[in-house]
Order: sequence, then structure tokens, then C-alpha cells
Amino acid sequence: MIQGLSAEEWAAVGISLKVAVTAMLVSLLPGLVIAVALERGRFWGRQALDILVHLPLVLPPVVVGYLLLLGFGRKGPIGAFLADHLGIVLSFRWTGAALACAIMGFPLLVRAIRLSLDSVDRKLEDAAGTLGANPAWVFVCVTLPLILPGIFAGMVLSFAKAMGEFGATITFVSNIPGETQTLPSAIYTFTQIPGGESGALRLTLISLLISVSALAVSEWMARRVRQRLSAR
Amino acid sequence: MATVSIRDIRKSFGPVSIIKGVDVDIADGEFVILVGPSGCGKSTLLRMIAGLEDVTSGEIRIGDRLINDVPPKDRDIAMVFQSYALYPHMTVAENMGFSLRLKGTSKAEQATRVGAAAASLGLTPLLDRYPRQLSGGQRQRVAMGRAIVRDPQVFLFDEPLSNLDAKLRVAMRAEIKELHHRLKTTTVYVTHDQIEAMTMADKIVVMHDGIVEQIGAPLDLYDSPANRFVAGFIGSPAMNFVEGTMTEEGLSLPSGTILPLHQRPPAAVGSALTYGIRPEHLQLAPVGTPGAIPAVVTVVEPSGLDTTLIVKAEGGPMTVVLRERVSLRPGDAIALRPVANQSHLFDAAGLRIASL
Repeated sequence: MIQGLSAEEWAAVGISLKVAVTAMLVSLLPGLVIAVALERGRFWGRQALDILVHLPLVLPPVVVGYLLLLGFGRKGPIGAFLADHLGIVLSFRWTGAALACAIMGFPLLVRAIRLSLDSVDRKLEDAAGTLGANPAWVFVCVTLPLILPGIFAGMVLSFAKAMGEFGATITFVSNIPGETQTLPSAIYTFTQIPGGESGALRLTLISLLISVSALAVSEWMARRVRQRLSAR
Repeated sequence: MATVSIRDIRKSFGPVSIIKGVDVDIADGEFVILVGPSGCGKSTLLRMIAGLEDVTSGEIRIGDRLINDVPPKDRDIAMVFQSYALYPHMTVAENMGFSLRLKGTSKAEQATRVGAAAASLGLTPLLDRYPRQLSGGQRQRVAMGRAIVRDPQVFLFDEPLSNLDAKLRVAMRAEIKELHHRLKTTTVYVTHDQIEAMTMADKIVVMHDGIVEQIGAPLDLYDSPANRFVAGFIGSPAMNFVEGTMTEEGLSLPSGTILPLHQRPPAAVGSALTYGIRPEHLQLAPVGTPGAIPAVVTVVEPSGLDTTLIVKAEGGPMTVVLRERVSLRPGDAIALRPVANQSHLFDAAGLRIASL
């Protein structure tokens, strides 16, 4: 079956992986910062930020894609700025697909990290303070190792969401073979052309394989971390 | 080593006042225990000393230094938590050496100091283990070791023995006391267990509802409680209280028995008083003895060392502890004679007005 993939199908697989990994890695640091801010911070506009982060979860993906097009397209305020000053073009590029996927997966990443932050025993952080650690060290030496399972879980969710993202991606960056055509959009294309069933099936199986592998790896990592962190 | 001075400390969470003006002076090297029922503010006060809670008003000093706004890491303290708060991702050695690693101490010195503390606590064979591989008592020791390695000016203990079983608790009690004797570091220790307070403290601070009820040496609190709360809180089994009315002849109990008082308390005839007597200060007397309190035995609890009787007296249930073994059974009628000079009288506000 694998030998049966055409160059275009291989390209879709490659783009999907590239987009998903990029989306996951790019959203990791902001996700961590925002999760900590929302869970621990007390600042003006916290509620608004919380709602903003969760919007992609409740909005139709096409709406998110369209908003991205408005903001990050060549003529959009942010897109024009990025193109003119930094030479970064996102619309109709795979990087744009990565941005769309990162945004769609962001609430999942943030929620997973927040959950694990919530379950951290605050006494462990208190103890570090009394033992001479400043807040930054407390975070690095104590909090971060304790929330690793949540971070892993969030990364897997973000990756999986990116692998499956369709609506926002196709609206923002279209469906250009070899540039922005991801697995879902390739499958969609196959279903739109006569005789495309076997191609759709092949890519569906690949998609299934990647998702199951990602789940298995994350389960294995989570188990190892849990073992290391179990208090008793 | 340092003194700790707490001046008119108050703490509110929003509109709720938790600590309502507390003054405590702790001498250099002293072992002070804050004790009281849950919700009395003792743990909050300890966390304020540690810097983990903000001070609403008042002053806390360690030595001469005002530390109200000093972050915990700069207070030169070490705290032992009820849950031990050991780092699950670090070995025993790493947990114990945590404060040294933060200070940037050399690996060799870390090993020496952790090794010495571990040896003194019998933890040497466990240094490479993780907290999850230890028993409760061992974890407790690691938590203490971590505090010892920090070599602070003040040790803070927050109910450190509450998670241990009864037997281990007694053993660790002695171990902590011995440790303090050896290190002579100023220690503030919080517990709700008055037995811990009595057996370990140089000085006890009894707290209730956000205020200090009494400060004193354990036996002073036991023998001369300032008020009815302290009288009832310190001592196990607890002191017996009987409500009565002051008369010319003595204290008149509800059903008419007159308890003769050896001396005249400063209370007007007719005023309502509470009579308090500890279980070990009641003796068996022949039924009908004048001045003895008639009672009926409800429960007999022989412990081997002594015998505890729970009896139904006219003022309500009372507890009696007898050193000798007795052949009493539930339902037997007895009389209880108070030992002279061992009872207390409290006025309507709960203040002790006389001991006789």
C-alpha cells in the first residue's frame, strides 16, 4: 500500500507532518505562559483572555480561517505588516496552515497544562520558597517537572488536532498540492473526483497510522513520567 | 539562631478576620508550640512567619530584622510540612540537598552536609531512593533532613506528625525533641494535638478563634489555666466542668449537693460559676459522704496503667482516672470526692477566678 502512494500523496503526508509538528512546537511556549497566567495570575482582563483562548474551540473552523485570512492575509493589517517588514507571508503557504492549526489546537494545549497546574501540590512550591528558591527557580525546579505529564498531553492533543484540522486551514491557505495540501484536504480532494476512492482510502489508513502512533507514544511517555512523579 | 518576635499580628482574608491581634515572643533556641483547635489561626500564623501569607497588619521580626515584606527565600527559615512536600522527581539525597543546590554550594560540600544530616537521621541507606519508595516515617525524616541541611535560623513545623500512625508519632515526637536538644535552633511548631504540645514544648501558645488564650510552660498551663478554654483544651482526658451557683456554704450544684469550698472565692453569693476539676483529682468515697458528688458508673476503661471511669453525675457526664485497679461495673452508684487544692472556679465569662 505504501508503495502505491503517488508523489502528490507523499507530499500531503509530508506537509501534514511538517504543519502539525510546527504548530505543536510554536504553540508550546505561548501555551505554557498563558496557561500559567490563567491558572495562577490575577490581572485585569484575565476573563477576557480566557474566553479568547477558548474561542477556537467553539467557533466554526471556517470562521477562524476567515478571520485569519482577514488579519493575516496579504492585505490584512498583520499580514501586510509581516510581509512588508519581516518578509513573512502566511496566506497560501504551509506556514499559514501551521498558524491555523496552532490556533485551533491552542485551547486544547492550554487546558491540558492548566489541569496539571491545578493538580500541583502548592506545598511543594511553598517548600521550595522556604528553602531559598526565588519564584523563577521554583517554577523551573519544581513546577515544571511536576506538570510535564500535562505538557506532553497538551502537545499530543495539539499535534492530533493539527493532523485533523481542515476547515480553518482550507479557508486560510486553500488546498494547493505540494504547498498547503494536508492529509485531510487531500482526502477531501480525492472524494470530490471520480475514481478517487482508493486514494482517499490509502490516505485515510496513513492518517489512522500516524494518529495511533502518536497516541501510543504519548501514552508511553505519560506512563513513564507518572511513574517518576508518583508520590507514593 | 535567632529570636522571633510577633507584634499585634492580624490577618484577614477579605472581610473574614482569621488572626485578631497576636503577640508572641520566642527566645533564641526556644521550642515553641502553637496549639489550638482547627480554624484557630495557628497554621496561618506559621505561614506568615514563613512568608507564605501576607501580613495584614502588625510586625514579625526574626532577630532584629523586620521581615513582613521579606520573601520566604530570604528569611533564613526552613519549614517542614504536614504532607512532607518532598519532590517526587528527586532522590532523597537531591531532596535533602535542594537548598544547597540553590545556593550553588560545591558538589563535594553538598555530599558532605547531606551525608552528615542523613547519618544523624538514619537515612544513609536510603539516599538514592525516591520518596515514593519510602514509608511515612522515613519521608518525615527526609523532610526534617532537608530542613536541617538548610541550617536555618528558625525551624518551622506545620503539623509534621499528623499523617503518621499513633506508634510512629510517639517515636518521632521523641526524635524531634532530641533533634532540637542537639541543634538548639529556634523552633516554631504547630499542632492541634495537645499531647504533642505538652510533651515537646518549652513554651506553649494556646490559640482559639484568632487570639492567644494563654502562653506558658506546659505544666503551668496544666496547673493554672487562665480560662475555661485552656482548662478544657489542655489535658487528656479533659477537665470535668460542673455548673453551679455560689452560696454561703459553698458551690451549690443543680440538684442541691453543696460542694464545700476550702476558701472563699472572689465571687458574690448567687453568681453563676463553673467548677473545674481534672479526672485524676477525683477520688472514690463512700456513697453519702458529705461534700462528695454522687454519680453512677456508665463505662469502665482499664488501661493497665490506670483505670478510666466515665460516670453520670448530677452536672452531666464526668471522667475519673484512678491509679488503682477497681472492681466497679456499669450501673454501680459511687461518690466522688475532689482532692483539696486541685480544683478551679471560672466566672460566667470563662475566666479563672480562683483555684482551691
